[in-house]
Amino acid sequence: MSGFIGALIGPRVPPEERSRRPLRYLTPTLIFMLARVVLLVSIFVPYWHMELVAPQYPDGLFLTAYCNHLTGDVREIDGLNHYIGMRPLGEAAAFERAASVWMIIAMFLLVEGAAFVHSKWAVLLAIPAITFPLGFILDLYYWMRSFGLNLDPDAPLSSSVKPFVPTVIGEGGIGQFRTYAAFGAGYWLACLAAGLIIVGFFFHRRAYRPLTLRARAEAKG
Amino acid sequence: MKTNPTTHHARRLVLAAVAAGVACVAATPHAEAQTGRRRRGADQEAKAVELTPEQVAQLTKVANARKLNAEDLVAAAKTYTPSGRHDEYVLFSSGGQSGQVFAIGVPSMRLLRSISVFTPESWQGYGFSGDADPVQESLKIMGRPVLWGDTHHPALSETKGDYDGQFLFIGDKANARLGVIDLRDWETKQIVKNPLTISDHGAAFVTPDTDYVIEGGQYATVLGYGYAPPEEYKKLYRGMVTLWKFDRAKGRIDESQSFALELPPYWQDLADAGKVASDGFFFINSFNSEMATGGVEHGNPPFEAGASKRDMDYLHIIDWRKAEAAFKAGKAEKINGFPVLMLPTLVEGGVLHFAPEPKSPHGVDVTPDGKYMVVAGKLDPHVTVYSIDRIKRAIADKKYSGSDDYGVPVLDFDAVKEAQVELGLGPLHTQFDDKGYAYTSLFLDSAVARWSLGGETGAKAPEGPWKLVHKTPVQYNIGHLCAAEGDTVSPDGNHLISMSKWSVDRFLPTGPLLPQNFQLLDIGESGTTMPVVYDLPIGVGEPHYCQMIKADKLGSWKVYPEIGWNPHHQRLDPSAPKKGDEGVTRNGNKVLVKMTAVRSHFVPEHVELNEGDEVTWRITAMETAQDATHGFCIGAYNINLSLEPGEFTEFRFVADRPGTYPFYCTEFCSALHLEMMGYMHVKPRSGASKPASE
Repeated sequence: MSGFIGALIGPRVPPEERSRRPLRYLTPTLIFMLARVVLLVSIFVPYWHMELVAPQYPDGLFLTAYCNHLTGDVREIDGLNHYIGMRPLGEAAAFERAASVWMIIAMFLLVEGAAFVHSKWAVLLAIPAITFPLGFILDLYYWMRSFGLNLDPDAPLSSSVKPFVPTVIGEGGIGQFRTYAAFGAGYWLACLAAGLIIVGFFFHRRAYRPLTLRARAEAKG
Repeated sequence: MKTNPTTHHARRLVLAAVAAGVACVAATPHAEAQTGRRRRGADQEAKAVELTPEQVAQLTKVANARKLNAEDLVAAAKTYTPSGRHDEYVLFSSGGQSGQVFAIGVPSMRLLRSISVFTPESWQGYGFSGDADPVQESLKIMGRPVLWGDTHHPALSETKGDYDGQFLFIGDKANARLGVIDLRDWETKQIVKNPLTISDHGAAFVTPDTDYVIEGGQYATVLGYGYAPPEEYKKLYRGMVTLWKFDRAKGRIDESQSFALELPPYWQDLADAGKVASDGFFFINSFNSEMATGGVEHGNPPFEAGASKRDMDYLHIIDWRKAEAAFKAGKAEKINGFPVLMLPTLVEGGVLHFAPEPKSPHGVDVTPDGKYMVVAGKLDPHVTVYSIDRIKRAIADKKYSGSDDYGVPVLDFDAVKEAQVELGLGPLHTQFDDKGYAYTSLFLDSAVARWSLGGETGAKAPEGPWKLVHKTPVQYNIGHLCAAEGDTVSPDGNHLISMSKWSVDRFLPTGPLLPQNFQLLDIGESGTTMPVVYDLPIGVGEPHYCQMIKADKLGSWKVYPEIGWNPHHQRLDPSAPKKGDEGVTRNGNKVLVKMTAVRSHFVPEHVELNEGDEVTWRITAMETAQDATHGFCIGAYNINLSLEPGEFTEFRFVADRPGTYPFYCTEFCSALHLEMMGYMHVKPRSGASKPASE
């Protein structure tokens, strides 16, 4: 295999070497595969949820965010938010929600690619999946902040509720409501996928680094 | 093969990761967020109470300060229901002359709400939606609005003889009407007027699967609202019973499949449908088999004497399956457009038999097993018990003691009578429990009698069959009584309501008009223990019968299922205004207002009309939160609506009075409730508003 491409995708495993130590080469592929499945499953599980409790809502109000949609008492919460001039939740992160499933599928394919790239550049392919949980939380914070700080100054309660940054994780409060926000299982699955990918790279390096070194030595020698 | 330590390690790691993933999904709060909503503070864990000496001292102090004895404290503990705790049963009570139905929680005896049926009521927005209001239209009799009713006997829909919690029927004695209430939203859906008779009494009672709702008549008249002088009473006046076919899927009485039975002009009284052993029959009491026509002003005996002269009246035994077959075979004649099976058809077809019953009885009640019919004597101190086996045998063997003036065969009393139990003075109505007892109200004695049944059902009572066990005094003049599911195939026992007609000294004086007294009796123990534990004043009409259903059988909606719901048709209404769709459109002098209501505003807030406009106004309540109800009123136009979450309402009126009319939300919906208003501007015909003198 020629120079640049060869350096990029790294050395191939000679068949006799693979049959001699099959698990060494199978392990990173398996772990990456598991990470991809876990990431894919996370699409169907909530990433974040918030419960709002007030005296007149003894059952509480719930907001549940999947990577691609919002469910729960969105209508009721929007109705209450209009008093303080907050924009409807449906307007938040519209692009992200529309793109998230495609993004996750792209990450799925990239991590699959990483299993075939046997050089250090494989890491590059996995960076989106590894940083995805961090990206989610930053994006969530960005939108919460943007919504909380940009209240309609003409809203009915604009004089009593000043712009604020809602609590993204943990307990917060606004008006008569206490809010309890936490990551959902989907988020933790995304984190697990990121963790698995990092672990996978440990075995990836253990498997392919010696081959790279050998190839390099052979090239020199 | 030698295992590579690295791969071994890796395999374990992979396994651990899978396990973690599974655990992660299992532990997801997703399920709770979507479905398992917690009720905060409502269902406190019931902990076993152990009173400390300090608490006993405190309790004693309170009891002494309020002059309560030990039994009072126990009664309080049996009924007191802490905030947020729900009652075990719901009592659906007739509202008497209020024309409504009351729902009361048991054992707390708290009034939950009223349901308007025959009387417009403004809180529920029932009958206050402008011209041609559908409620007011449904209450018209012979073209004239009759805006009240004398509600008597509620009947919960049944499946296999047990309450199913789906529908409630209620009769209006004054006007011979039936109301149908859907227990999903607790609203009246249909009013049916009997085309044969002006007034009735024996309504409503249902057959075991609610195939038919029975409406028995009372005061004989010329069927079909006709005229005849009292001299022609025997010849032309008639009694009747109507079988209203119920279409459960539609939640409506199907008038086209309903029919009536012509009966002699005795005054038919209460009815009850047979069940289990007596399924296929129903029973009606009668009085005035003397056919007295009164006329005290002409020196005749008054009705009260004339109608009570004979020692025996007639228990009507009706085989409704035979009646149904005769109706379907086209044997009915039309009176006032309504099919009626005439007396000769009934006699010929073996539909109708009489059994003698001690004079002027009141209630007839079928035991849970369906084997016995209990007739309460009213003017006789006994209850007379008939057995369905004996009745069937006597009919088969034609054991008649004769026939009445209309040719109806009268079964031999001794052949059909199972037992007579002497209870006391003025027995009126009977209910049942799960311990083999029957309970009969004693009007004159002002007491509830507990007595043991016979047969297998009665075998549970330790006292032996057909015996008076105990009498508990009630205050005062008890009419109906009601045990928990006490007229079904499986009564629950535990609670019994005495519907006491007089309260006299029980409550603070409220002027010359006093409330009725609903008294709760604890019937949980066998034998002679049966104390009164609560008095509930009813200061809104004189209720008659009530039924008590286990609360968990009711499938009440918390809010309407979808936004834009039409409660009349129980479906989403395509003409319900949607958000963004609001506005006022005009076509000549016909104006369509499309409005939405959400906390805390109406859209639109200004509605410009011209004097004389014919207005159709549609409002959708956009709310989905439980209890987020709005009202909507236009003062001076007699309009007030209840806009429950998701509800769609349409009303019409002619804007015939110019001026500026504020409309507003009549339910305190939110902190900005007072701001939830708008203006209806009705521009005078002459143009700009001018001083009155010009």
